[in-house]
Amino acid sequence: MPVNTELVGRVFPPTAPYIVGREKVREFARAVFATDPQHVDPAAAQALGYADVVAPPTFAMVIQDLTLQQLLAEPDSGIVLERLIHAEQRFRYTRPIVAGDELVGTLSVTGVRAVGKGAMVTSEAEVTDASGAHVVTATSILLVGGDE
Amino acid sequence: MTDLQIGDVVAERDVHLTREALVRYAGASGDFNPIHYRDDIAQRVGLPGVLAHGMLTMGLAVETVVPWLGDAGRILEYGVRFTRPVLVDAEDGADVHVVAAVGAVSDGEARIDLTVTFGETTVLGKAQVRVRTA
Repeated sequence: MPVNTELVGRVFPPTAPYIVGREKVREFARAVFATDPQHVDPAAAQALGYADVVAPPTFAMVIQDLTLQQLLAEPDSGIVLERLIHAEQRFRYTRPIVAGDELVGTLSVTGVRAVGKGAMVTSEAEVTDASGAHVVTATSILLVGGDE
Repeated sequence: MTDLQIGDVVAERDVHLTREALVRYAGASGDFNPIHYRDDIAQRVGLPGVLAHGMLTMGLAVETVVPWLGDAGRILEYGVRFTRPVLVDAEDGADVHVVAAVGAVSDGEARIDLTVTFGETTVLGKAQVRVRTA
């Protein structure tokens, strides 16, 4: 099944609220070799004006990933995980993610472009906090291989 | 941070990746694609071996500039293209080198260009961080 071009414009329901834990931020920081104290030490983060430890910039991928699971689960998407290559990634921030945040992601498919037998799928996950305010938008371009 | 010149190197570091680092990132991120820890599956899908997660390379690259920035909240935008894989050998791991240099300066903002290399190969394309300098 080829990638469904009618996916363009599809907007998915907001993901279940994700509570950002302090230890999760520390775990992620260690995993990306983040050395700055603001990611692990609440006092260092508070000195910068944040309520708790500051997540590394790419932590937003955790929420984006929850939204992409929705896309992959669409029965008519034509997207098969094994044929997926992450081609590009972008984050646009209103503010950094901080421990204690309660975040939801809302995915929109903004483009599907045929490339050979496959397709480039562009999607945007808009991440908002408990007050509904924008935190970060994560844009990914996935290269989906076609049938052999 | 107000006197930046184009070409200034603001931060630089080496990161040694091992298989353990990939498993750690898989657990922290939730990305358990087995091409990042199983040679047999990597080879079955036509790869030369186990690769680092692209998002791990992207994540460690930007963390090179956070201590210089002092506040991750100065980062307004960050984007990359994943152009070449980082192969992580089971015995020897992989050494990744990151150089962060000023690419452009405008009123209150700067564009920091990240050059991320594995051996002689540049692995991220257009890796650019837009930051607030004022």
